[in-house]
Amino acid sequence: MSVIASRVQPDLRRKRINWQKVLVITLFAAVPLFLLILFTYIPFAKMIQFSFYNMSYTKNKGYVGLDNYLKVFTKEEYVGAMLLSLYYMAGAVVQLALALFFASILSLERIRGAGIYKAVLFFPFLVNGIAIGYIFKYFYTRGFVLDSVLQAIGIPLDALPYWLRDQSVNNWSLVFTSVWKYCGQNMVLFIGAIASIDPTLYEAATIDGANRWQQFKAIILPGIKTVFMLNLILSITGSLSAFEPAYVVGSMGANGTATFFIKIHQMAHVSQKVGQACAMAMVLMALILLFTVLQRLFFRYVMKDSENTFNAKANKAKALW
Amino acid sequence: MSNVTLSVQSTNKKAKVQRTVIKTLEYLALLLACFIALLPLWSSFTTSFKTAEEYGSTNAMALPQNWLNFENYSQVWTQGDMLRAFLTSACVVVVVVTVSVMMGSMLAYVLNRFRFPGNGLIRNLFMIATLIPGIAMQVTTYQIMKDLGFLNSIVGYMILMSGTDVISIYIFLQYFENLDGALDESAVLEGCTYFGVFFKILLPLTKPAIITVAVLKGVGVYNEYYSANLYLQSNSWRTISTALYSFSGPFKSSYNIICAGVLLTLIPSLIVFLFFQKQVYAGLASGSVKG
Repeated sequence: MSVIASRVQPDLRRKRINWQKVLVITLFAAVPLFLLILFTYIPFAKMIQFSFYNMSYTKNKGYVGLDNYLKVFTKEEYVGAMLLSLYYMAGAVVQLALALFFASILSLERIRGAGIYKAVLFFPFLVNGIAIGYIFKYFYTRGFVLDSVLQAIGIPLDALPYWLRDQSVNNWSLVFTSVWKYCGQNMVLFIGAIASIDPTLYEAATIDGANRWQQFKAIILPGIKTVFMLNLILSITGSLSAFEPAYVVGSMGANGTATFFIKIHQMAHVSQKVGQACAMAMVLMALILLFTVLQRLFFRYVMKDSENTFNAKANKAKALW
Repeated sequence: MSNVTLSVQSTNKKAKVQRTVIKTLEYLALLLACFIALLPLWSSFTTSFKTAEEYGSTNAMALPQNWLNFENYSQVWTQGDMLRAFLTSACVVVVVVTVSVMMGSMLAYVLNRFRFPGNGLIRNLFMIATLIPGIAMQVTTYQIMKDLGFLNSIVGYMILMSGTDVISIYIFLQYFENLDGALDESAVLEGCTYFGVFFKILLPLTKPAIITVAVLKGVGVYNEYYSANLYLQSNSWRTISTALYSFSGPFKSSYNIICAGVLLTLIPSLIVFLFFQKQVYAGLASGSVKG
């Protein structure tokens, strides 16, 4: 019936409610929407609510106002855990710099076997997190892998610290595992961004007599600014909620490596103080959102700027060519 | 005249030497980076072939006496119940990937091809969800899973894994935007139902997006350990991650055995990577664009 109607009078068909369309929309959108609400918006609403209560998963001891929040900012333990993310931010900066360095070498220079280098550097990203935990516990054990290598290049064992126990270095040891895992992934993203730059720009620049460093500054950097900023945002917000290295390598944040997220996890699942944990999670979320918004504003401004300079430079290079 | 040629030649020579030096340094940097990337993996690999006695007496970096000593592998396979863990993980990966692909493509089809009240709202709901860091909500998500009776339930874990996924929806949305709408319009005029259009015409066309989502999601779910540890603590439903996690109990500091288990879990990732390298790289790029 509807088939005939659509053939003869397509205009009339549109004015009636198309039940088939309604059915498709409802069937196809209902499940994802339901799951989104169930696993994102309901937990979000509950998190706000619980953060004002003194409660566990089974008992609710009543409304406490802003007490939970005050504790987050006044207890030294939590502030200290928050400050640990500075280690991870420093690591993220080093990681991005290294990733950019290797990405530009692999894309600009004619490196023999570039695909193999790329694959080897990327592979750590695919290693299971728990496996990374064992691999690096073994790696850092006194007298084992790292110490053997360092001894081989002439550093005596007595001069080396206990990498995971010594509190002056253990957070750096954990940050290194994160750099080890994610550096190659960032590099692959940068290589992708560099590949999308118009190759005639390099030709023009080479004819102009620009060296690699000048090419990097004038062509690559502006060309990948968008991807670079995006990765910077992700790395910094990731540093705020860092937990993987401390969870898997640092034995759940032993020896002063418990990041803020580890504290939240322990507060909720070990101490069962759900209200307090929710307040901490709210603070974490607020910080992440604050950073994201700030960076996006900056990003919007810089991106405009980068597009202009990029186009100007591109035109200039082409005109010269 | 001859002076000029000479000086040009010497600067050329100098530039050439400089280039060679730079090139050498670049190769050295790359080799060093690869050494650092491989060293932790290599040491686990060599250790996995050592006998208990060898492990105790030789240096961590010493090569194993017998490269064909698979004793540790068979021990970890049987004692660690790894076959079961692999099957459980395979099951989870297949179900979650299928559900994610279906949900992502269906929702993207509806959002991209139909104008209806609420279209913009749904898009915004998903977009805002990417701004809320999922990790911050673990505490209350746990309570919801508990209320639903999903603790220690493999089905609950699968639903959670498929339900908290926005990236695949974005990848499909992007893909549908580049698919010509004339194709399905003419099919509808020919009398094809919307279901027919979606399943018979559009879904086969999105094959590249499906592969990207499947690889990305598959590797992600296979390696997922936080929720697995939290929600699958009973022995009967151990994924690869939780099975690995439990090794620290029975095998304590027998790293030669643990390393064998670690190596075994790497094999599927390695195979997927070798076969789908391009898709893995491409998936990363499209996954990161959502921000």
